[in-house]
Amino acid sequence: MEILPILSTLRRHKITAFLVIIEIALTCAIVCNAVFIINQRLDRMNMQSGVDEHNLLHIELADIGITKDEKARTAEDLAALRQIPGVAQVASLNQVPFGNSSSNGGIKLDPKQNLSTLNATMYSGENIGPGLGLQVIAGRDLQADDYMDSDVVMRAVAARDTKSLPHGIMITQNMAERLWPGQQALGKQIYLADIPLTVVGVVKELVRPSIWDDAAKSYSMILPMRESRGEYVIRTKSPQDRDRVLAAAIAKLKEINPHRVVLKKHTFDDMRHDFFQNDRAMAGLLVGVCVALLVVTALGIVGLGSFWVAQRRRQIGVRRALGATRSNILHYFQTENFLLATIGIVVGMVLAYGINLLLMVHYELPRLPAIYFPVGALLLWVIGQLAVLGPAMRAAAVPPVVATRSV
Amino acid sequence: MFAYYLDLAFRSLRRNTMLTALMVLAIAVGIGASMTTLTVTHLLSGDPLPGRSQHIFYPQMDPDPKRTDDKEPYDKLDYQSAVDLWSAHRADRQAIVVDSRLKLSDPASGAPPIMSMMLSTTADFFPMFDVPFQYGGAWSAQDDVSRARVAVISADLNQKLFGGANSVGRTLRLRNSNVRIVGVLKPWRPSPQFYMVAGGRFSNGDTADYYGKTEDVITPFFTGLEINDGSFWQFTCWSLPARMGHLQDAPCVWLGLWVQLDNAAKVADYRRFVADYAAQQKTLGRFTHAGNTRMRSLMEWLDFNGVVPSDVRLQTWLSFAFLTICLFNTVGLLLAKFLRRSGEIGVRRALGASRAAVFAQCMVESAVIGLIGGLFGLLLTLLGLWLVRQQPVAYADLARLDVPMFLLTFVLAVGTSVLAGVLPALRACRVAPAWQLKTL
Repeated sequence: MEILPILSTLRRHKITAFLVIIEIALTCAIVCNAVFIINQRLDRMNMQSGVDEHNLLHIELADIGITKDEKARTAEDLAALRQIPGVAQVASLNQVPFGNSSSNGGIKLDPKQNLSTLNATMYSGENIGPGLGLQVIAGRDLQADDYMDSDVVMRAVAARDTKSLPHGIMITQNMAERLWPGQQALGKQIYLADIPLTVVGVVKELVRPSIWDDAAKSYSMILPMRESRGEYVIRTKSPQDRDRVLAAAIAKLKEINPHRVVLKKHTFDDMRHDFFQNDRAMAGLLVGVCVALLVVTALGIVGLGSFWVAQRRRQIGVRRALGATRSNILHYFQTENFLLATIGIVVGMVLAYGINLLLMVHYELPRLPAIYFPVGALLLWVIGQLAVLGPAMRAAAVPPVVATRSV
Repeated sequence: MFAYYLDLAFRSLRRNTMLTALMVLAIAVGIGASMTTLTVTHLLSGDPLPGRSQHIFYPQMDPDPKRTDDKEPYDKLDYQSAVDLWSAHRADRQAIVVDSRLKLSDPASGAPPIMSMMLSTTADFFPMFDVPFQYGGAWSAQDDVSRARVAVISADLNQKLFGGANSVGRTLRLRNSNVRIVGVLKPWRPSPQFYMVAGGRFSNGDTADYYGKTEDVITPFFTGLEINDGSFWQFTCWSLPARMGHLQDAPCVWLGLWVQLDNAAKVADYRRFVADYAAQQKTLGRFTHAGNTRMRSLMEWLDFNGVVPSDVRLQTWLSFAFLTICLFNTVGLLLAKFLRRSGEIGVRRALGASRAAVFAQCMVESAVIGLIGGLFGLLLTLLGLWLVRQQPVAYADLARLDVPMFLLTFVLAVGTSVLAGVLPALRACRVAPAWQLKTL
């Protein structure tokens, strides 16, 4: 409609127009990337763990240490925990998802390989499958006769006497897919510290205790070793029982041995909450920054818009006197803002893409998905229009009589 | 003249409170955000041993037979290498460090035991790192060798167990052994806990834990290994140790060695000594390759480990981008403000004010806005740091404003607003007086 006159006016106010454009461009670039990072963090926080989280409790006692009767004491603990009403399963294990401390080992497909194929975390503990609520999707869970005590295994490994060791293991679907893409993993062999192990079961998902590389987050295996190091998981029958069961379990364990130190006692929901606290804090901060940025930009548009309207009162009066309607004036300022916002958005998108490239190099972020561009553009158009509405309405309210004064 | 401009500035600011408030708000928010993150970055990237760090070095070598010279050596040393280098005493000072978890209690009180971190090190640790003592002092070099059952405890632990009293000479139960307390530290909070930093390049930028608190109890190295045998964690092993947690003869790296070298010649000598040691171990057959030795200075080592968490660096960039947007915003608003007064400026010019005088007047006004913005920005910075302290990160308690950062807040605020004012002021002083007077 009246784009040409608007453009010729803007050409006479280069600096102001340039300021609006650059402000919108920077905001657009930063908000696009910030929202992208927020989404990445939210995705991470919703990571599947593969365990029955809402029913799980985790208890860690200070090391019973290298004592003679640790196995008997573990058996006694487990039996006592099993007695608590509301308990479905218990297990003594070496590490738990989101626990932040893990044992990991390099996996080879061929003992002659020089470097490991991948690094996987090693879960061990009898009854760990039912205890954590894992979903076995192929093969079978480890059975009681698959297991051997972990200290016996360690001694045998140190003595290089690995013949008698158990060799059945379970691995996650992701790890199987990475090792043998498109193939059936059951019955295949892998080598851990040159000891051959056979895959007897595949579990759907089981994340590592500590995740430093999202791509390898579910490279986990379950080794056939019994653990007695004072770390237990309890699976309750229903989530309502958790608090009661946890209190009863601590009381029971203290009753068996009052000298033990309880290092950790929490539900898995709490563990997940703690594990992702940095991501949550960062996402919250970014949301705050985005809102503040958009508000500052909107206020900037309001301020410059008001200035512009004040400066052009007489021109507006002349136009009104020459027959322009109120809505003509309103549309003029709205179109002007739309044009500036559009140029700002185009520049902003290029900047957003550049910033994303930088982040990809320095912070290992993936590429910005294309959907962010139209959504970001829409957001800034809407904000621009809302911000300019006030000044534009004031402009529309300028009476034609202004034209008659002191031209 | 300056006082007059100041008076004019305040008058002008009062005339349009809405516009003034917007500008002050923009500067305050930008300053608040960037000073908060800048303070955190400043605290996390500082030198933990100012004045001494250039003399502190961290030797590394590569005992893993499966590796070659073209990779970075491991971040820690194996037992034999560490003890050999330490007992050679070729540096001005040297200390082995390793930490482990253990159960400790005060046998006199009968209170339930608590789990703590124990640092096991050698006597040079205290003078080398300038560790401050409240009561007593460090153990002697003789105590290192004779495996004396002594310990130094932190101010925190002394407060917890003994209510802050002088506990030198009292007995502490560490796991199943009794040790005598010989020293109590003053509150000591190096940032980061530099002497335990290792493995940063494997942490993907998630390095906040390097800023944790120091250990509660410190024992002589060999004493610690005896007391807490079976509880030591390896950095990594190239084949399985015979007994988990007992690493003295294991194919594992798990010990850090720090050395103090007071001049460049000594540094060169020690570098050669480390290389010669590796070569000698290769001839003896213990090492398979000897060319892979390193000796970084403390700051180089922290840099190599990328100790400043990547989230913190990202936040700093973000807040400066934010400040930039606030700056552009202020430029626009100042432009609006100055040009709205074209008439007034025209009169001043007509009455004989030079362009420079108009320019100076505009700059004074910008600086006043910056100063007020800085004041509010300071409040926002304090609020921001309070928010950081509420975060569940290891460095939360460190996040406080220090004097340089306090001053920087105002420098940055005034600098930003003066920078923002240049362009509008230039435009304002080019106002043509005749044209303005005609339209008055």
